[in-house]
Order: sequence, then structure tokens, then C-alpha cells
Amino acid sequence: MTVAAAAQPTSSATMFSPKWIAEHLSRWPLHIAVIGLTAAWMVPTIGLLVSSFRPFSGQATSGWWTAFANPTTFTISNYTQVLSAGTTNLGQAFFNSFMIAVPATVLPVTIGAFAAYAFAWMKFPGRNGLFLALVGLLAVPLQLTFIPVLSFYVQHLHWTTNNLEATGIPGLPWVPLWLAHAGYGLPFSIYLLANFFRALPSDLFESAEIDGAGTLTVFFRIVLPLSVPALASLVIFQFLWVWNDLLVALIYVGGTPSVAPLTVNLAGLTTSLGQGSNLLTSAAFFSMIVPLIVFLSLQRYFVRGILAGSVKG
Amino acid sequence: MDFSLLLQDIPTLLVVILGVPAVLAAYIVGGEYLVRRLPDKNRPQVRPWIWVGPALFLVACFLLIPAILTAIQSLEGNNVDVLDPSTWGPNFVGFKNFARQFADFPTGGAWIAIRNNVIFWLIFYTLFTLVFGLVLAVLFDRVKYEQFVKSLIFMPMAISSVALGLIWDFMYEYQPPGEPQTGTMNALVTTFLHHDPVSWLQDQWPGETFNLLNNLALIGAATWGITGFAMVILSAALKGIPGELLEAARVDGAGEITVFRRVILPLMMPTIVVVGTTLVIFALKAFDVVYVMTSGNYNTDVLAYRMYNQLYLASNSGGASAVAIILLVAVVPVLIFNLRQFRAVEARR
Repeated sequence: MTVAAAAQPTSSATMFSPKWIAEHLSRWPLHIAVIGLTAAWMVPTIGLLVSSFRPFSGQATSGWWTAFANPTTFTISNYTQVLSAGTTNLGQAFFNSFMIAVPATVLPVTIGAFAAYAFAWMKFPGRNGLFLALVGLLAVPLQLTFIPVLSFYVQHLHWTTNNLEATGIPGLPWVPLWLAHAGYGLPFSIYLLANFFRALPSDLFESAEIDGAGTLTVFFRIVLPLSVPALASLVIFQFLWVWNDLLVALIYVGGTPSVAPLTVNLAGLTTSLGQGSNLLTSAAFFSMIVPLIVFLSLQRYFVRGILAGSVKG
Repeated sequence: MDFSLLLQDIPTLLVVILGVPAVLAAYIVGGEYLVRRLPDKNRPQVRPWIWVGPALFLVACFLLIPAILTAIQSLEGNNVDVLDPSTWGPNFVGFKNFARQFADFPTGGAWIAIRNNVIFWLIFYTLFTLVFGLVLAVLFDRVKYEQFVKSLIFMPMAISSVALGLIWDFMYEYQPPGEPQTGTMNALVTTFLHHDPVSWLQDQWPGETFNLLNNLALIGAATWGITGFAMVILSAALKGIPGELLEAARVDGAGEITVFRRVILPLMMPTIVVVGTTLVIFALKAFDVVYVMTSGNYNTDVLAYRMYNQLYLASNSGGASAVAIILLVAVVPVLIFNLRQFRAVEARR
């Protein structure tokens, strides 16, 4: 958003002339509609935010909007309580979410980039058929895969959370979840990157090959640096998708506090604390911190990723 | 928060953050090294498989093969080990699992979930989101602070559906009539409509067999979260319409409503269709909001939740597989449509 452009007057009429005033007045309904709709859209979030700073007695007996009449009652005790209480495990869950989301982003993006490079610039039998199959798999419900994968993990490999934790190898308890997220994220990752790689000018590759550059050099020195925008969108997309995922985590790691991510923990708290508990408000906001920071700082790339045609879910 | 706990976990952090990329880099560098050892003429035959290999392997292991096995499992009893073909024959039950899901129309088996998914969610979620998205895109296009209001509408896209469910739990809070209402929706209803407070998530108005209100409450919460997605894509399509076209229509005396109906809407139709199909897929896969807000109670069940329920609470893997297959069948028309679109785009390249 450029400030300079926003400051320019819309009208060609001289400022404060009758015509100028008429033009501006006629636009008032538009501004009221835009600002009104946006404000209405924010009410649910603001309501929860205000509630999270209200003491339990206030939350239980009056609406969040009444708090402004008596601002002295605002308190951060909901936050200190929910973070210090040993039973909520929010700190551990926060750490777990990172341990899950970082590799579950790195794996499908990197492996997807390798494959997308081959789909875009190498010739091999079955290339188009395989790509079409990937497009078809984009929309397949994940529900279709849970039972066999779970049975393979648990009954055949004995990869239960307990067994994996017992090995003492750091990170190992999340490996089943990383691999599953990688498999689920790959069709979208390959689809998005292959389309981007294909649009790169072919002269680049030819001249690099004439210079004797190997496939690896071309990939790491030419393709990847030129694809930073596409890679950034994909990384943000996949990271937020995994960070916000409830279903896949619920299926593969369940509610064990030492491995469960924030979403599973938070959903568990709604049951253990009871819907409407004052601690839930602060816990919910705690869980939003990372997505909101990622979103606010990298919004441009996130939107670009969405525009690149997402049918993932 | 207990930060000492996080400090203890630093080795885990390092292994994970450095280890995973290291393994991937080692794979591709090692693979190339081996390819270079091959005779010249074999290299182009082997190299692509090194690059696509891991991706194809993971997709086959986590999507393709499990999907086929689930189809088999849906025809088997619960004692089957679907990964062991020798147990398939003895446990074969035919379409029994499906028969159970389709029993006792209209309220038994999976019928409530099917109705909620393919009627309520599919129609209202898709329609509300498209209408809101389109209205917001068109209105915002005309103001200078467009980017700012757009990011505010878009923000719910970044948060998890679990947090979204909690936000709306508080919106829909219910206190008995006469008590001060703590939920925003009920405060509005009692203050402005002078109506008794509504128990949004439990009230099955208009009746026991057509439970609309609480389903709409769930759909409304989900719509609030996804509208930003539709708005952003529709807004990009709107900006793609040449300004001269709109000017020409206005010069010819067309009002803003006519311009919208006769020029903007037809030109945006392809994008609306693409967004619509994506939303249909989201509608059919709805899970998180239902899980957090109602646990499928009061006739708000959906297929994805029913599948989870059958698997974990009922330990009925045959039934869960059957529900998953029903979900697939519901998605297949959209899937075919997507493939057709993709082929049409490819043909134009």
C-alpha cells in the first residue's frame, strides 16, 4: 500500500468546490458499507481478545462489550494462569507445533522441488500421465488414507508414540507425522512449483549446459534463486497448513502431551476446562500468535500462493 | 510457562532443524554423484527417476496405495489386517458396511452426516462464501484503503479452525432468558429483536427431521473464516477486467448495477466457478469446526467427523472405511471437473 497514492484526491474537481463536495458526499454510503462490513467481520475476534483480558467473574456474568465501561477490571491473569498451569501443557504444545511444522514444511517443499524440476525440464516415460495423476490426487479426501497408514505404523512397524519415545532419539516420535504431511503436501507442492519452473526461459538452461554446468548446479544456482517467490508462497502455505492442522495430528499422534501440537491441545482443553471457560480465551489467542505473525509479515506471499491455484485440503 | 523445559529440548530442535535438510541435500548430491558414474547414454534415462523418485514414493505410500486399501477395507469385517492379503478372503463381508451406513433413512446410519454435507454445507457454505466474497471484492475495489480492509477480512484464514471454533463458541454463548447475555449473537437478538435468547448450537429449528438452525450456525462460523480466501481470488479476477470495458458500458448509460450484472459478472464467471469448486471440496471435508463446537451432536454430524468417530469411538474400521468411500464418491464429480479444467488449460499452452 503506497501512502502517496492514497493521499491523492480522487476527483478532478478543484478542492472544496461545490462539485468536489458533491462527489465526496455521494461516496459516503460506499465508505460506510466498507468500514461497517469490515468492523462487523472483526467483532468475533475482538470479542475474544477483550474477553481474554477480563477476569472470570466478569466473563461469566456480562458481555465483553460491557468491559469498556469499567476498564480498570482488565487483567492479564488469564494468560499467566493458562501458561503456568501444569495441566494445560501449552508451552510444551507450542514447542511440539514447531517440531512438527518445520520438517513437515521442509520435506514436501524440498522433495516437491526436486520432482517439479524433473516434471518441468526432464524427459521420462509416463511424465504427463504421472502429473495428471498428481492433479487428480490434489482433491482426494485424506480420510481415505488414515486407516491403512495408521495400521502400517502401529501394527506393522510398531511406531507408537511410546515406542518411539523409548528409543530416546530426538525428533523420532514425530517422524510418522512428518512423513504423512510430506505425502499429503506433495501433490500441491509439485503442482505449484512445476508450473512455475516450466515458465522459466529455456535459454537459461541451454546456455548453462553449454557452459558445462551440471544438473545440480543448474538447479541450485539458477532454478531455485529464480523461484524464490513461488518457494516463499509454498513454504508459508504449507507451514500454516501444518501449524493449523487438527485432523492429521489427531490421527497420527493423538493427545499424548509430550508430542501433541497446539491445535490438539487446545481442542482437548475445550473438553477438560469446559466450553466457555475463561482460560480458553487466552489459550486460543496464544495459539494464534505464530500464524498471525507469519501472516502479517509475509501476507503478500501467502496471497500469491492462494492465487496460484490452490485446491489443497 | 516452564522455559527450562524448552531449553532441555534444544538438542531435539537442532537435530530436527539441521538434520532434515541435511538428509535431503545428501540424497540429491549423492544421487547425482551416482548418475555421473554411469555411461553417458544411460544418464538421461536414470536421472529423472532420482529426482522424482522420493516424491512418487511418498505419494504412493501415503495417498494412492492407502486409498486403494481403504476401498478394500470397506468390504471387509473389522478383524481384517488390510495390509495382509491372506486375511482378505476370510473377512470379506461384501456391502454390509455400506448397508449399515445407508440403513434407516432418513435419520439412521450416515444419513444425517450425508444430508448435512451434501445439502446444508455444500449449498450454504459455498453460496454464502461466494456472495460475501464477491460483495466485499467489488466494494473494496472502489476505495483507496483497499489493501488494509482486505487484510482484516483475510486474517481469519491464518488462524486454526480450532481457534475459530473457540471464537464462535463465545459468539454463540447462551444464558437463560432474563439473565444478562454474554454471547454477542444473543445480546443482539435480545436487545434488537426482543426475542428470547437462542441456543445456537443446540436449537434444531425448524424441526426434528430438518435441523437447520444449528447447522447454519456452524456453517456461518466456517464461512466467516473462509470468505477472505474467496475475496482475494475474486478481487484479483476483478482487477483483470479491462477498465475500458467498464468505461464503455458506463458511457453508454448503463447504471452500476447493470454494469455489474452484464459486464463484471459474466467476465468473472470462470473464476467464480474455480473458487466454487474449491469451496465445494472444503464443504465436503468439513471437520474441525464440528469437532470443536458440537462434536457432531444435535444432528450436526458430517462425514469427516463420522469417519473419525467410527474409527476411534466405535473401533469400527470397516464402517469408517465405508464412510471414507462415501466421502470420496461425493468428491469425485469435483475431481473430474478439476482434471477437465487442467486438461483444457494444458491444451491451450
